[in-house]
Amino acid sequence: MIEKERHVLVVFPHPDDEAFGVSGTIASHLKMGTGVTYACLTLGEMGRNLGNPPFATRESLPQIRKKELQAAADAMGLKDLRMMGLRDKTVEFEDDEKMVDMMNALIEDVQPSLVITFYPDYCVHPDHEATARAVVRAVSRMDEASRPKLHCVAFANHTADELGEPDVINDVSEVQDLKLNTMRAHISQTAWMLEDLEKRLAEKDPDAIQWVSQERFFNYRYNQGYN
Amino acid sequence: MEPVNLKEVQNLIDRFAQKEVYIHLETTNGSYASHVDENFFNAGAFIRNAKVEYELGKIIGDVPSRVGLKLGNLGWIYAQGITHYELDDKGRLLMAGHDHQGKLAVSLQISETPFE
Repeated sequence: MIEKERHVLVVFPHPDDEAFGVSGTIASHLKMGTGVTYACLTLGEMGRNLGNPPFATRESLPQIRKKELQAAADAMGLKDLRMMGLRDKTVEFEDDEKMVDMMNALIEDVQPSLVITFYPDYCVHPDHEATARAVVRAVSRMDEASRPKLHCVAFANHTADELGEPDVINDVSEVQDLKLNTMRAHISQTAWMLEDLEKRLAEKDPDAIQWVSQERFFNYRYNQGYN
Repeated sequence: MEPVNLKEVQNLIDRFAQKEVYIHLETTNGSYASHVDENFFNAGAFIRNAKVEYELGKIIGDVPSRVGLKLGNLGWIYAQGITHYELDDKGRLLMAGHDHQGKLAVSLQISETPFE
């Protein structure tokens, strides 16, 4: 059972980061009437999938990704989508305190009771790590009493060894179709993966069913060095 | 994008010679390469909007081809693995190397105006 929130703020760096592990949770909150803001920091300008044969160029890709991101928001029913204007693969090179300021401004603006981002040190891509650090710093500097909950997505290979099992498992089976539609919206990035997933779902593969019907989060542990 | 045609790409490279141009040069394996295979040594490089003037530019070799630009100030710019090209609607020469799965591995682009 997903807890009712006042407002949910989701922060990720790339169009499609929300699709795989969080779009069901976003759709569930929206269905309960809870406002959700998704701040997407870049437009995935440096993506490598340009089709085979290529249907996009390095220069046309951002516009394609932007449209896909908007379509993904529509698929989830999300109204408050914010494109933050950073460039793919450069997030970690931005000024760290300016990144925290960006997160502070978002938190100040939407007053979330729950913030969702990646788990620093367990999210693989340098842009994910930089985004996660900025969000964690912004939240951890707030008074403990006024802090929103902070749910983090972790998928590095060493996650289970070091963090153990996820603290929060959301059953999103009721909005599974919306989740699949969100993934489909990012078709330039997900075509290959979806072909395989839909085949496995048709065969009732238990791992695939679990993957689309459950979303897993860790509560951030405030003794891990980012503040 | 179209598969490289050496003669056509050479003509386009010549068009931008001896002019102030902006360069985008990139090589990449993708940020997940070491996540998927921990033994993979992930290296890449990225330059965008470097302003240069080249006196001579060439595309050489069967596809995937090599492109070299000899700069008037003694510098060089070089990319290997170019498979596709396009003169886009803004008059920019976009050259790219796609790997066997179609993923971008290298990109060299030349423009008379800055890339956004």
